[in-house]
Amino acid sequence: MAITDDVLVIGGGIAACTAALSAAETGARVRLLAHKKSTLRQASGLVDVLGYAGDEGPFSDPYAGLDALPEDHPYHIVGEDGIRDGLRLFDEAVGDAYQGGHTDTNALVMTHGGAVKPTARYPESVAPGLASSSGDMLLVGFENLTDFDAPVAADHLTAAGVPFSVRGVTLEFPKSFRSDAKVTRFAKALDRDESVDGGTARSVLADAIDAELDGETRVGFPAMLGDDHDDEVRDELADRLGVPVFEVPTGPPSLLGLKLEDMLFDALDEAGVRISAGNPAVDFEAEDGRIETVIVDQKSRRTPYEADQIVLATGGLVGKGIDSDREHITEPVFGCHIPHPEDRYEWSEPEAFGSHAFARFGVVPDDELRPTDEDGAVQFENLRAAGGVVGGADIAREKSASGVSLSTGAVAGRLAGEEATQ
Amino acid sequence: MNKSPSVLVIGGGSTGTGIARDLAMRGLDVTLVEKGNLTHGTTGRMHGLLHSGGRYAVSDQASAKECIVENRVLRRIAGHCVEMTGGLFVQRPEDSDEYFQKKLEGCRECGIPAEVLSPEEAREMEPYLAKDIKRAIKVPDGAVDPFRLCVANAASAVEHGARVETHSEVTDVLVEDGEVVGVEVTHQTGTGPYVHGNPGEVEEIYADYVVNATGAWAGQIGDFAGVDVEVRPSKGVMTIMNTRQVDTVVNRCRPKGDADIIVPHETTCILGTTDEEVEDPEDYPEEGWEVDLMIETLSELVPMLEDARTIRSFWGVRPLYEPPGTGTEDPTDITREFFLLDHADRDDLPGMTSIVGGKLTTYRMMAEKISDHVCEKLDVEAECRTADVPLPGSEDFSVLRDYMDDFGLRSPIGRRSVQRLGSRADDVLNSIDPNPVVCECEAVTRAEIQDALDTAGTDLNSVRIQTRASMGNCQGAICCHRMANELAPEYDEAIVRSSLDDLYQERWKGERHAMWGEQLSQAALKHMLHATTMNRDEDPATAETDLDFAAFDDGSPSDGGNTSDSTSGGAVADGGRVAADDEGGANGDN
Repeated sequence: MAITDDVLVIGGGIAACTAALSAAETGARVRLLAHKKSTLRQASGLVDVLGYAGDEGPFSDPYAGLDALPEDHPYHIVGEDGIRDGLRLFDEAVGDAYQGGHTDTNALVMTHGGAVKPTARYPESVAPGLASSSGDMLLVGFENLTDFDAPVAADHLTAAGVPFSVRGVTLEFPKSFRSDAKVTRFAKALDRDESVDGGTARSVLADAIDAELDGETRVGFPAMLGDDHDDEVRDELADRLGVPVFEVPTGPPSLLGLKLEDMLFDALDEAGVRISAGNPAVDFEAEDGRIETVIVDQKSRRTPYEADQIVLATGGLVGKGIDSDREHITEPVFGCHIPHPEDRYEWSEPEAFGSHAFARFGVVPDDELRPTDEDGAVQFENLRAAGGVVGGADIAREKSASGVSLSTGAVAGRLAGEEATQ
Repeated sequence: MNKSPSVLVIGGGSTGTGIARDLAMRGLDVTLVEKGNLTHGTTGRMHGLLHSGGRYAVSDQASAKECIVENRVLRRIAGHCVEMTGGLFVQRPEDSDEYFQKKLEGCRECGIPAEVLSPEEAREMEPYLAKDIKRAIKVPDGAVDPFRLCVANAASAVEHGARVETHSEVTDVLVEDGEVVGVEVTHQTGTGPYVHGNPGEVEEIYADYVVNATGAWAGQIGDFAGVDVEVRPSKGVMTIMNTRQVDTVVNRCRPKGDADIIVPHETTCILGTTDEEVEDPEDYPEEGWEVDLMIETLSELVPMLEDARTIRSFWGVRPLYEPPGTGTEDPTDITREFFLLDHADRDDLPGMTSIVGGKLTTYRMMAEKISDHVCEKLDVEAECRTADVPLPGSEDFSVLRDYMDDFGLRSPIGRRSVQRLGSRADDVLNSIDPNPVVCECEAVTRAEIQDALDTAGTDLNSVRIQTRASMGNCQGAICCHRMANELAPEYDEAIVRSSLDDLYQERWKGERHAMWGEQLSQAALKHMLHATTMNRDEDPATAETDLDFAAFDDGSPSDGGNTSDSTSGGAVADGGRVAADDEGGANGDN
């Protein structure tokens, strides 16, 4: 007997979670089929909607840039309403943990390299550090954490012309770890407030920073201020220092990304979405242009999952929702058509930050987000796509990754749910 | 002032640095100039094979004999640059028995230890060899790190008083009264200790003798002096795999052909190569079919290569030379011997000798020969000692194991650091505390990066080749910016940023030749981290127009021109939506 649901969402990232939440809102019985850990551990945890389009940007109003996007951009399918619906689902899912929902205007957040970028939603811990708000800033880096060099980031931020003064200092973390210790180990020491020479991790750290403070009204750290007790860590540091503290989003392993993943899965639980995790969807059975069964490889046992409607949200090249060999770009689960140049040297540009074709690889959706074949015909009547597997957006350049995932997830999930419950 | 005769060496590859070391050790006053960083030309673009001589045992026995001699010398003086992997010449069923026999006899004639292995024995050594191979010859091939080797030679030369100038391009050869008396160099960039000039500054360097050790570029230096040096540059492609599919050098046992060697190198394998004459050593096509040819042909020896992950490809140019009038059509037939072209004898232009041809394995012997030649010209009597005195880092290399114990270095990080640093490990690893890992793929710590920066100035590519940082699976996605950060506080933020841009672009260039499958996924992640997470492609610090910070959300509920909802604090359910078309949802629980 196959496992049967109304809507089966394949994937485990922002798009998949949003699609599942959106489908659940329609009253459908929804299952999320996640394989490995999502790519959120590699993401900053910021939720961008649109920062740049063509030669334009950065946009303070992301909706103002929609017209400048190319015709085949997924935002033109989901429309402004779809984007807003995606953000609504996101805001409901994460509650107070993210800010930015009070306005349509993008915020400018500093990156760990010291550049600033436009974003629509930002974690609460990042909020006091917005580059678009005033207040002199002290950045604190640690000798052991090589991903963030506070003095370099401070000077870089200054080079961008921020309307406040910023200074960086490098300190020794109160506790020493192995030379290859990851940021999570530092977070844990603060979480548990481990005892160190001269007191506890938080108090000794606060004392060291206090000695450096020179009138700055906010203090920033790489995103490592605790994991399970992050609020407590930030509150205690802010309290001891007498100024707000904030986190700067970093690269992998990104604690902010991991926390977002946890929040989204909690929201799925709350919405009654069933979750099957740990195994990949590898195959399917179809009849008359409809997918009947999705086959999941459970330690080499093939388990069938049945559903009326299916949402493909397996990610792009990074998440392996799109695969390739020396000649072809493919969508591995359903074999959806992905247009691409024949010569693989045309998939990328010689300039590192050129306009890479690979950045826009993905399935070609119809106006209901159903993947189409080479001739533009719908490939499977009950299959929709969301997130990175959808082509047409240059999410890296546009700073639109989360926005595309949220909006296509919201729309694909809603349409699937409505169809299944009719 | 130093009264010893002065020699100017052009070229910072293995030959040039080898000559500089040799002459400096003999007490001469040596200056070496290199237009890029050390190994910028051919040396930095080879597959790292330490020849046993087996490869030339049939076609070029003179070269084969030199190889086995120097193979033994390098094991002695450059232990920390060499990994003695051993090598196999593998015969497939379609390869000729007659050639196999000739190879075996040739090896023995040249004094190269050679042993025939049955297919079972060969596969016991290398389990991934094709099932249908016929047999193999085992020879003492190895892997050599050309970067470490060059840097060690340059360091030794400096220890003996030489001046080494990188990023200093020779832009003219100074000829006075029919004699070469020096060169004009144009300093290019960087502020490191190996560069004394300022960018754009032109300097005339006079010397008693000039050695042109620029390999494939020798003709261009010859042009400045008005003499013909007809090098025949020949390009070859090399493809880097992400793991070591083999731990032994694997050669195809057939007369000649493209794509016939796999060299295990550090954490990778390098597939090589092709041999195709090109016009210009700087500018030649790098084509995808060459990469495909490597993979497809070498899969005949090691089938798993067909679907294995490659991380990048690169091309190098051989400085092939043959005496005028030989008229060889096919570059693969041109001898691998080296030639001293004394321009006094040859062109009636005293004061300069060019060295062309040859190969990395015999670099020291070439350096010895040309140093002998220079000493004879300058009437200096001094013995060559380079075959006996270990290079910096290789003195007492046997203590490597003790270091591992001393530092408690059981982890791969420590083990690899000590292998890279050899006898310098103690000094380097003790120099910095704490000493975090900067490059995770290749396990390179801050101490090693800082040590490399001592000689690299702001040139992160030079740091890269000395340490291997950014050369692993992620191709710099995780560590390029960390490496750049190590330039601070000595250099300011603008230099940190431009050095990062240079390194990142260089890493991208070679990775493009591996962009499919896993590596395309990796490259996409790299692009996301640097473009999305860090916004390096639209960095406002480099934009021409000022950013209007006040137009953006400052986090306060009253902010923003488009604000349509003034709910205070936290997340608002509808993001300020205008149209109401939601299906079921209440506005959450706010």
